[in-house]
Amino acid sequence: MLRLKNIFVTVNGSNGVDREILRDISIEFKSGRLYAITGPNGGGKTSIAKVIMGIYKPNRGEIYLNGEEISNLNVCERARRGISYAFQHPPRFKGITVGDLIQIASPDIDSFNLRAALRNVGLCPEDYLERDVGPGLSGGEIKRIEIAQVLARNARISILDEPEAGVDLWTMQKLIGIIVEKYKNNPDITTIIITHNQRVLEISDEIIVLEDGVIKASGAPHKIWPLIKDDIECKMKEQCRGEMAYEL
Amino acid sequence: MNFNQLDMQLLNAVSDLRAVPAGPVNIRRNGEVIARNSSSNITVRSKEDKPGLVVEVKPGTANETVHVPVILTKAGFKDVVYNTFVIGENSDVSIIAGCGIHNDSHVDSGHEGIHEIIVKKGARVRYIEKHYGQGEGTGKRILNPSTVITVENGGSAELEMYQIKGVDDTFRSTTAYIQEAGNLKIVERLLTHGRQSAESDIKIYIEGKGGSAQILSRSVAKGTSTQIFRASLVGKTRCIGHVECDSIIMEDARIKSTPELVAEDSEAVLTHEAAIGKIAGEQLIKLMSLGLTEREAIDTILEGFLR
Ligand SMILES: Nc1ncnc2c1ncn2[C@@H]1O[C@H](COP(=O)(O)OP(=O)(O)O)[C@@H](O)[C@H]1O
Ligand SMILES: [Mg+2]
Repeated sequence: MLRLKNIFVTVNGSNGVDREILRDISIEFKSGRLYAITGPNGGGKTSIAKVIMGIYKPNRGEIYLNGEEISNLNVCERARRGISYAFQHPPRFKGITVGDLIQIASPDIDSFNLRAALRNVGLCPEDYLERDVGPGLSGGEIKRIEIAQVLARNARISILDEPEAGVDLWTMQKLIGIIVEKYKNNPDITTIIITHNQRVLEISDEIIVLEDGVIKASGAPHKIWPLIKDDIECKMKEQCRGEMAYEL
Repeated sequence: MNFNQLDMQLLNAVSDLRAVPAGPVNIRRNGEVIARNSSSNITVRSKEDKPGLVVEVKPGTANETVHVPVILTKAGFKDVVYNTFVIGENSDVSIIAGCGIHNDSHVDSGHEGIHEIIVKKGARVRYIEKHYGQGEGTGKRILNPSTVITVENGGSAELEMYQIKGVDDTFRSTTAYIQEAGNLKIVERLLTHGRQSAESDIKIYIEGKGGSAQILSRSVAKGTSTQIFRASLVGKTRCIGHVECDSIIMEDARIKSTPELVAEDSEAVLTHEAAIGKIAGEQLIKLMSLGLTEREAIDTILEGFLR
């Protein structure tokens, strides 16, 4: 179980004034469950993921992983304890290939699973393994490779940050299938998906709605859905029209 | 031929050799030739007037490789060598050069290689030069190569120069003349650390119509090392040229990078990109989130960058 307890995060705002971007966030992510975090842009979803991964240091609050306080562990130590995060905006590299990156993510992976990790996100291994994770790849390709890394890690806690952005609907269907098969009802692992995708919201065990740095609502999909339905359907339409609803 | 372990270590570092190769080869140790072979298509012989080699590739030779590594193991030794490579028309060969220095003493050791490469009509050559130094002494390991290359009509050359470890002081000068439809690509990879200094001065003159040249330089400067990089592209006619120099700077290092474009014809298309910056924080965080320590993440990023 992963537990956030009274988390506050303050950042330096653009006008030089401190700004609280997460306020008194307490959540218990239980093992064997799929959580969806949703809410408007700027609500603080990515910041929560970064707090869990250790990228952002809260100025107040604690984080526990299976009872152990991990608040003071750095990113690497948390990764080694089984936390895995697919960035919303993954960085590009120079001279590091897709194959290299998946192998770093999962050092013991065999060639079969390495290829499967790419196929699962709709990429043909032959075309991608040797390519640089660099400027030659599109935003959508970078995004899929990012998700492939997290799938390959088989971590206890997996966080996917807007996996639907840059991923076509067909691959998204497939990805949801994988998430269901791999993560749902697996008693040992916790999956957290930051998303506006209706299908992901429907299959989750719990939806958390974040707005202005606070939890607006949380609970089972049937309870939360009526509250967010209009916003989400609007977002889905934008996506279907092929517009970039999510900046990459 | 008597190669000791140290010789092999250096040879391996600069040319991936584990034994004297079967093909055309010249191995120079402390100013003396210790292995030499020619093949039916590639002759390797000594220069008559000064120390050094003439390597001559017969027209039409395909897919052959000649190895010409130099190693210095004697403390304080200063070697100067003049090499000429003539790549015959329509041939396609690789030259593996490179210099390895072992210096354990308090006096400087150095190698000055003065190379002339002539790529005849329609020929292709890939020239790889690795620099490597080792040894604990306070004496410097110095390498000053200077290369003049001419690419004749329709010829093409790729120069790859690597200096990743152990060379304290280097001044590299490269001058190229490109004739009609000739193509030259220079790839440079450089890492300096400690108090090392490295300077590279490249001048390319594209003289023939339809000629093209590309310089792709990547470097990393650590410690208090200094790097100076100058690349000048002169387009005298309808041609295409591009310079790209990209550096990662760390700690208290200094880098000066000066790309220069000179167009002497309105049909010359010349571009450059230069960037110096530290390792991107988000790259580090990303790799650490995959379980690498900060140290491992830095090494992975640098290794990729210099690949
Ligand atoms: N490092 C930062 N510095 C300044 N502002 C930040 C930083 N990280 C996030 N923010 C701000 O915090 C708010 C929440 O951001 P984020 O967590 O990315 O939202 P979401 O993922 O829900 O769109 C936004 O207004 C964003 O601009
Ligand atoms: Mg976000």
